[in-house]
Amino acid sequence: MTTPAIEARGLSKTFGAGSEAVHALDDVSLTIRQNEFFTLLGPSGCGKTTLLRLIGGFEQPSKGDVFLEGQQLTGLPPFKRPINTVFQSYALFPHLSVGQNIAFGLEMLGRPKEEREARVEQMLDLVKLDGYANRKPAQLSGGQQQRVALARALASQPKVLLLDEPLSALDLKLRKEMQIELKRLQTETGITFVFVTHDQEEALTMSDRIAVMENGHILQIGSPTEIYEHPQRRFVADFIGETNFLEGRIETAGHSAVARLACGSSLALNGQAGSTDGEAVTLAVRPERAIIVPAGGASSEGGLPAKVGAVVYMGTDTTYHLTLADGTPFVVRSQNSEGARLDLANGADVTVQIAPAALQRLAD
Amino acid sequence: MVSASGKRILQITPAVAIIGFFMVAPLGLMAYVSLLEKGLNGGVKWDQHTVEAYVNFIFERDFDDNLILNTDYLQIFARSFGLSLLTAVLALAIGFPTALYMAMQPEGRRNLLIFLVTIPFWTNLLVRNYAWILLLRNGGLVENLLHWLGLSDQPLGLLYTPVAVSIGLTYSYLPFMVLPIYASLEKMDSRLIEAAFDLGADRKRALTRIILPLATPGIAAGCILVFVPALGAYVTPELLGGGKSMMIGNLIQGQFGAARNWPFGAALAFALLAIVLLAMTIYLMRFRRPPEGH
Repeated sequence: MTTPAIEARGLSKTFGAGSEAVHALDDVSLTIRQNEFFTLLGPSGCGKTTLLRLIGGFEQPSKGDVFLEGQQLTGLPPFKRPINTVFQSYALFPHLSVGQNIAFGLEMLGRPKEEREARVEQMLDLVKLDGYANRKPAQLSGGQQQRVALARALASQPKVLLLDEPLSALDLKLRKEMQIELKRLQTETGITFVFVTHDQEEALTMSDRIAVMENGHILQIGSPTEIYEHPQRRFVADFIGETNFLEGRIETAGHSAVARLACGSSLALNGQAGSTDGEAVTLAVRPERAIIVPAGGASSEGGLPAKVGAVVYMGTDTTYHLTLADGTPFVVRSQNSEGARLDLANGADVTVQIAPAALQRLAD
Repeated sequence: MVSASGKRILQITPAVAIIGFFMVAPLGLMAYVSLLEKGLNGGVKWDQHTVEAYVNFIFERDFDDNLILNTDYLQIFARSFGLSLLTAVLALAIGFPTALYMAMQPEGRRNLLIFLVTIPFWTNLLVRNYAWILLLRNGGLVENLLHWLGLSDQPLGLLYTPVAVSIGLTYSYLPFMVLPIYASLEKMDSRLIEAAFDLGADRKRALTRIILPLATPGIAAGCILVFVPALGAYVTPELLGGGKSMMIGNLIQGQFGAARNWPFGAALAFALLAIVLLAMTIYLMRFRRPPEGH
């Protein structure tokens, strides 16, 4: 196994002191592989930006160490780290032209003029801004400034590129374009990207792996599929995508365990070993993994009885807001393929079918 | 009914009246005075027009009414410019680091620091200059301090020298240097400095390549705000220069006072104004704001 691009060991960061101390990061360890598109995902204040700033050297950890390709970075100022950052506000130098901005890092490294000029051309080509070298940042649109910021950070070929919510200032359409663009740049340059965002869709679209953070902790690290389909914690399941939570107790422990839910029905838990009788469980079900069947229909056996609330037509799919027997809300989403749409009136009785594979048991 | 354009004129009337009354009228009056014959005991002869005052600035007349070059006044102007320039440089050398320090402080403390910078304004200029006499005179605090430090054992004779004037002027006008530089540094995005560090610039290069260029408009404004009033300063050269290092302000005051030559005083004032306007024009042409947006 190759050395990891970034390794954080037991990182803690506390701002302030005494009773006003804020623990932005609490004993965080993680490993980011070479050439990986790694995303730190979480709501604002979860510590993701602090973690990024510790890697970049803008803050020093209160405890713990950061390693870059096995070498300790702790204590090094940002200008001595071969890591560059794309800032949320882009932070382009307003008094320098686009070309001068891109060449800045190379100039600081003392590279000769010819090399800098060639590299600027190359970078402008990479971010599709050929011919913009002499413009000032203020003359560019937000999306173009974003590209210049990327080109500037990539020009000196850093080992790792840190991106601090770089797309949050762009409108939806541009954001989608830039998501694809960023992924392309990462693949083409082969540089490790560490991307910070609070947008779960952005994280799922671009990342090789995602770390979901909350309150200064990493809750789960995994590929987008793992994070989405097998969330380990309630927060992860709730933060990424829509989720129905079902509370219950294990009724028959063992390999083919059955959970008795709060609504009175039972569900078979396939392969959910290691449980004991009477243990409380929380199950997560994605709305698109549940099937809605009209009451009295052919396959209405063994499901959860529910009443229909609102039915929301959303173009590609329809969302059914249901209420289970004990009043727990439950959302089912089904695709609007030919003839699949159910004509259900408010208050109609239905049954929700959930396959054992669609059930994800949560740790909390 | 008042027409639309008539209404517009009515609306700007107060502004026009204020500018006219407080700026154009006094200046016009002085310009007129500078072109009149002087009265014997001060004042002017309102019906006798002459450009004699402007001629006197550069020439003097001998008994045969020939014009002879007289550089006395030009020398005073040159000394004033030199001292004002020195003052601006000193104020910049002290003011820029001060402003940079202030701009780097947390928001709450910045306001306190701004207040501290402006505190001297709350005291009378005369009092502050007298304080400097006590500091700079022989046997004063500065001399005693240098003696105590062992840097000198001679009486310094600092007071009543151009150096004393320059120290006094720097002290008086320092806030005018600090505040505009602070304003330009304060609105600078601190991420720009982080970005410079991030891209491999050390402190020195972040300062010279990013902070200084972005603070240039503030530095230029500060230099003008110090240089221009220093050029016309009256109180400080009078008290700390002891009449030996006469500056333009004292010369003009003398013409309206003891010399009883109002037209010449007015002409000197206009020569100064012309030079200041020239400096301002150069500034505006050099630091005109670049067009914003697209």
